[in-house]
Amino acid sequence: MEDPIYWPSFFFLLFSAIACAFAVAVVVTPNVVRMAFYLVLSLAATAGLFFLAGADFVGAMQIMIYVGGTLVLLIFGVMLTSQDRFISMKTSNFELGMATGVGVCLFILLAVAARSIPEWHGLTAQQVAEIPLEPTAAPLGMGLLGARVDSPDRSGYLLIFEIISVHLLVVLVGAAYLARARRSRSGFSLTSDG
Amino acid sequence: MADFFISIQIWPWLAYLAAALIQITLIVTLVAAGSLLFIWLERKVSGRIQDRLGPTRVGGKFGWLQTLADGLKLLTKEDLMPEGADEFLFKIAPYVSFCASLSAFMAIPFAGGEHPFVALHLNVAVFFILAVLGLEVFGVILAGYSSASKWSLFGAMREAAQVVSYEVPLGMCAVVPVLLAGSMDLVVIGDRQAGSFLNWYIFHDPFTFVIFWVYFTCATASVNRAPFDLAEAESELVAGFHTEYSGLRWSFFFMAEYGSMLAVSLLASILFLGGWHGPIPVASFLGLTFDHGFWYGVAGNVLGTANIIVKGIIGVTVMMWVRWTFPRLRIDQVITTCLKYCVPIAAVMFLGATFWQYKWPNGITGGQSARTYSVREQWSAPAVPAAAKPAEKAVKIEPQPLTTAMGIARTE
Amino acid sequence: MTQLTLASILTQPVGVSHYLIVGAVLFVCGALCMATKRNALGVLMGIELVLNGANLNFIAFGSPYLRKASETMGLDGQLMSLFVIVLAAAEAAVALAIALNFYNSFNTIDVDRADQLQG
Repeated sequence: MEDPIYWPSFFFLLFSAIACAFAVAVVVTPNVVRMAFYLVLSLAATAGLFFLAGADFVGAMQIMIYVGGTLVLLIFGVMLTSQDRFISMKTSNFELGMATGVGVCLFILLAVAARSIPEWHGLTAQQVAEIPLEPTAAPLGMGLLGARVDSPDRSGYLLIFEIISVHLLVVLVGAAYLARARRSRSGFSLTSDG
Repeated sequence: MADFFISIQIWPWLAYLAAALIQITLIVTLVAAGSLLFIWLERKVSGRIQDRLGPTRVGGKFGWLQTLADGLKLLTKEDLMPEGADEFLFKIAPYVSFCASLSAFMAIPFAGGEHPFVALHLNVAVFFILAVLGLEVFGVILAGYSSASKWSLFGAMREAAQVVSYEVPLGMCAVVPVLLAGSMDLVVIGDRQAGSFLNWYIFHDPFTFVIFWVYFTCATASVNRAPFDLAEAESELVAGFHTEYSGLRWSFFFMAEYGSMLAVSLLASILFLGGWHGPIPVASFLGLTFDHGFWYGVAGNVLGTANIIVKGIIGVTVMMWVRWTFPRLRIDQVITTCLKYCVPIAAVMFLGATFWQYKWPNGITGGQSARTYSVREQWSAPAVPAAAKPAEKAVKIEPQPLTTAMGIARTE
Repeated sequence: MTQLTLASILTQPVGVSHYLIVGAVLFVCGALCMATKRNALGVLMGIELVLNGANLNFIAFGSPYLRKASETMGLDGQLMSLFVIVLAAAEAAVALAIALNFYNSFNTIDVDRADQLQG
């Protein structure tokens, strides 16, 4: 039987509404921990959009690294640097107004640009139904190892993969070095009232 | 399951709704009934280990209605909130934990074959489950922060540090079965271990045998069970992150804890202990496979579901046994166990398993070669033209104009 | 812009442009966050949102369901977004370390007070 509503589009609307609403909430709220919480929800909804676009491996990566790793880091940072119990820093109303104006203009520009190309308006339901469902994890792994399974004329990413691995290692060592506990006179200690 | 409903000629949206509702009901029932069972079991196990009887009166012989009595007591408790608390986050934190723990069950298959019993047949299920289980820590952090109590905050910080560190060795251990099966799909991983218990990945080679125990240790730590339950160490922190919670909200944290205990046990049984395949292949002796017909296969899958749930319950019971046997570690010992023991052991065993798989892909018992290679062929077959000279391909990076790749140039 | 009405979105598949608009919302929110927050960690969260919006665009351009298969970036889009995710995590670690150091030295994470090098 015929279905009046195309359900993937419905879920697209649902996830994108969640993502956008909480992204706006991140901007609006003054409390840092709440900002982090809204950011989690926004990023998780984006992972849902990734799943809808057929990128299941990247969606799982998004949940694991972005939502899991980065946000836990952020919350750590919030807790380690909070002076009051519930930290919040106000921005002046003038700045907020200016930023909102510029932001709305920028968004209109981007949205008009996105809608201006007719080929980007989407396929028909029949065309989508003809596309075979393909796993992405193994081809992605092969791509990172330098062999492209999906299209032979494109190149792999082995060099970039290696560079990023080394980069990550360096960054983690550097971050651990920067954030290590100090015992010097000028540094922060638990007993000083600063 | 949706396909089945579509095949009986109703609107597709109704079919999907019906399928979704049935699956949701089954999963929620499993988690809720699981916690009912596990809370009672925990009392009984702890009682027996400490030479007591445990609950004996409520509901007849073994006190099997004890959990229900507990639940009623929790329902009637006053819902308290500390004065300086961040109200919104305080109220929402238990549900965040519970949702994370529940949504892991979405991707766990309970039986395989051509029509697996799984709510969401994901191609990257292993990864998804680990990621979602890691989100449970958010509820705990929010609870600890919003309670405006130093005990809660300390508990939450400890839990965050612990869970984030233990995700590293946990991921390394979970990668080994993925490597052996050549797929991140849990249905595929489970079905690779069909046959007798000698085909289970725990007995595949000595390295996987070791890595199973590392996995179990890390899983225990990442769901915050004793001896790693630093977040709620009552001798130091009153009750840790849930100090300020009472009544129903408190019980949601416990549902989440028992839910994720069951989830990691089920994951362990799929990854290492054959999943829905019993120690002896009873279902295939009886002819209960999809080769003989759809309903035979479904009957076999029901048997498999019972199988995997029994394995999961055994795993949870072992966690309880461990809890009441070992003393709690100090926080520095917890982190030392992770970074100095679990990570190196997991890394070495991972390398060992890789070499073993390269050298003897058949495993010890020799029954796994044909199946393993069939998967490899599956996803590398179209790669033959590209992967013919992978080494040359790798260093040759052709810079493509980004605009051409994105189709912008073509629009004029 | 007439095709943006709710009814037509619900009855046919979405395209690249819908994803781009969601990405634009995330990007603008992130940029606003970076511009208006005085808290260093707020700025960091803004950066995360911006990167996330960019990621969404990469995924949209790489997905075969949103455009004709011959025109998509194929796996390039997904690989790019993987790199972005990993680099975002690395960047967050370094930025947090810097924020912690700043806090240790000045006892605040208000970025407006980081003006020691001002001439």
